[in-house]
Amino acid sequence: MAPRRKSQASAGSLEQLLAAKEIVIHCGSGGVGKTTTAAAAAAMAAVHLGGKVLVLTVDPAKRLANALGLEQFGNVETQVPPAAFAAAGVEPRGELWAAMLDTKQSWDDLVHAHAPDAATRDAILDNPLYKNITGRFVQSHDYIAMERLYEIHASGRYDLIVVDTPPTRNAVDFLDAPERMADFFSSRLLRWLTVPARSRVLTMASKPFYSVADRILGSKFLEDIAEFFLLFQTMYDGFVTRAKAVTRTLGDARTTFVVVSTLESAPLAEAEFFIDALEERRMHLGAVVLNKVLPGWFLDKGTTASAQRLCSAADEVAAALPADLGDPAQVSRVLQEVGESFLNFQVVAKREAATRAELSSVPEVVAAVPYFTHDITDLEGLLELGEKIWR
Amino acid sequence: MTDLLDRKLLFVTGKGGVGKTTIAASLALLAAQRGKRTLVGEIDAKGNLADFYETGPTSFRQREVSPNLWAMSMDTEESLKEYLGLQLKVPFIAKIGPLARTFDFVANAAPGVKEILTVGKFLWEVRERSYDLIVVDAVATGHIAGQLAAPSAIQELVHVGLVRDQTGWMLDILGDPAQTGVVIVSAPEEMPVNETLELVDRLRDDTVVDLAAVVANRVLPELFGRGEEEVFDRLDALPEEVLVEAVGGPVRQLLDGAEMAVNMRRTRAVHLTRLREELPPGTPILYVPYLFQRSHGARATSQVAAHLAEELGY
Repeated sequence: MAPRRKSQASAGSLEQLLAAKEIVIHCGSGGVGKTTTAAAAAAMAAVHLGGKVLVLTVDPAKRLANALGLEQFGNVETQVPPAAFAAAGVEPRGELWAAMLDTKQSWDDLVHAHAPDAATRDAILDNPLYKNITGRFVQSHDYIAMERLYEIHASGRYDLIVVDTPPTRNAVDFLDAPERMADFFSSRLLRWLTVPARSRVLTMASKPFYSVADRILGSKFLEDIAEFFLLFQTMYDGFVTRAKAVTRTLGDARTTFVVVSTLESAPLAEAEFFIDALEERRMHLGAVVLNKVLPGWFLDKGTTASAQRLCSAADEVAAALPADLGDPAQVSRVLQEVGESFLNFQVVAKREAATRAELSSVPEVVAAVPYFTHDITDLEGLLELGEKIWR
Repeated sequence: MTDLLDRKLLFVTGKGGVGKTTIAASLALLAAQRGKRTLVGEIDAKGNLADFYETGPTSFRQREVSPNLWAMSMDTEESLKEYLGLQLKVPFIAKIGPLARTFDFVANAAPGVKEILTVGKFLWEVRERSYDLIVVDAVATGHIAGQLAAPSAIQELVHVGLVRDQTGWMLDILGDPAQTGVVIVSAPEEMPVNETLELVDRLRDDTVVDLAAVVANRVLPELFGRGEEEVFDRLDALPEEVLVEAVGGPVRQLLDGAEMAVNMRRTRAVHLTRLREELPPGTPILYVPYLFQRSHGARATSQVAAHLAEELGY
């Protein structure tokens, strides 16, 4: 399949992309290395591009969080200490900051910002349904992540914000979350829902709805919900205006998306789906980062022949080697294992190469991160990964 | 301990990328192969369960995809329709327009209802005894505890109504370790192990559901046996041309490849040890090796099923 939008392979680099944009959103299915990639890109930007760079992450591995100085949970933005850069042997041109997303705290902040008065604010925060709904409300995590991004960007505190998106059941959910939130708060449904508390007069349209909803959930529960949403509606204008602004930020020319994937079929299918979704919404696809890619030399023909020979004639090879290596039978076994291991990994490398060729829609920047045999637990490791995708 | 496949309902969960669907598909296949009438249901919207059996797409309607094995995918709206039809005897429900809107309301505004429609459907099938075993390819570790806690949450929040009335029998089945259990799929990497251990705590604290087993997936095989690594080190230390001469071709990348395999295995072994040590004592751990496969299709599913059978002592 011919690439749809591929320009010259060298037309761009992650470096150029990050130098030109203010918001870089990393997305992709769970387990592909989004958090690490986002942190690595942000660290590289702080080192090479300068300015104030923030990496906003959702759920980093503990050791990575420690490496970034994120010992305290919550929404606090913390500067990664210059000493950490010194330990990694670099002198950054700019500053690297990191923050974690605390969903509950962010919702509370939102209520604080938009509640019309202290009494309403406290009534909402104390409502038993509030915690339950903010915790479980469909896409509430997605919405709050985008909302927080908007808030930080609008504050003008940073030159560049690199975001790691929450793991969602469906990667496009968070793109639509602000709009869906605005829809929800302006929906007829919500008005229906709050009817009994407002007037107790059922309209013709809402009657069948109520008879069904009543039987399913019981009217007491409906009233509880209605009261909660009535309180919430006092924040309606602020919320909807805000959600619309968040949507605009996602489509802004200063915002770009980096799709992260491995070369396994399921994550890659999701990446492609996501790339199409961005195109549909006219949002900017900046780069695709392919993670945990096996080295290309597993496909080398000469080495393959050597591996095959080790598998089929290990005894002969062992006999031709110096005798002081050890017991010839054991040497032969080791040679055979080395050959088999190579051919095993080659099967996976071939599959990866084929999958990669199928990637139909490719942005200007495609970077491949080799498989790291060790865990990335410090700034040095992040920068090592960053070097692989930067230029 | 109840034999894993003798339970009636297994929720298979795991962090994204660990092979949750592979394990769910393989467990179901194994049960079916062993003569159990098995239903495998997928909850995630991704809808790729069918790829693991190479049969057409699955839907809410259960369909036999191979002998003894039925597959379905969850659709909460369909589940609600079925529920209303069965429970409320509301035959006109299909006709009324506001159903879609009612559904939106129910799903979005009322906490726990979408979850209960999902979990409830499978619990219903258990109650009806339609299958010997139901394997659910459930949501990922971050969401599963909330989903399984829904019936309890509903009981607390909703005091009357038909949904409330349903929670009693649901909790009975969910909380019975002889019938229901969670299988957490993990992998020998830092985050999957973290999430597995966190979920074990959450399941214990927030839900009534028993932890049935943990699957350690993609465990790299040990490349070298006892004493062999020393031999390899000596091989590696030889002048390259000696080795090239003996092999009759390039060897550098053969050695690099072997070193990579050894290092990968070593890094992963640390996480595997942590998993083993920090899980509650007695938790069954099933090890599934990393498979060097061409694809992720039916062939891989049957290979994984064979490894699971071995681990379960069949």
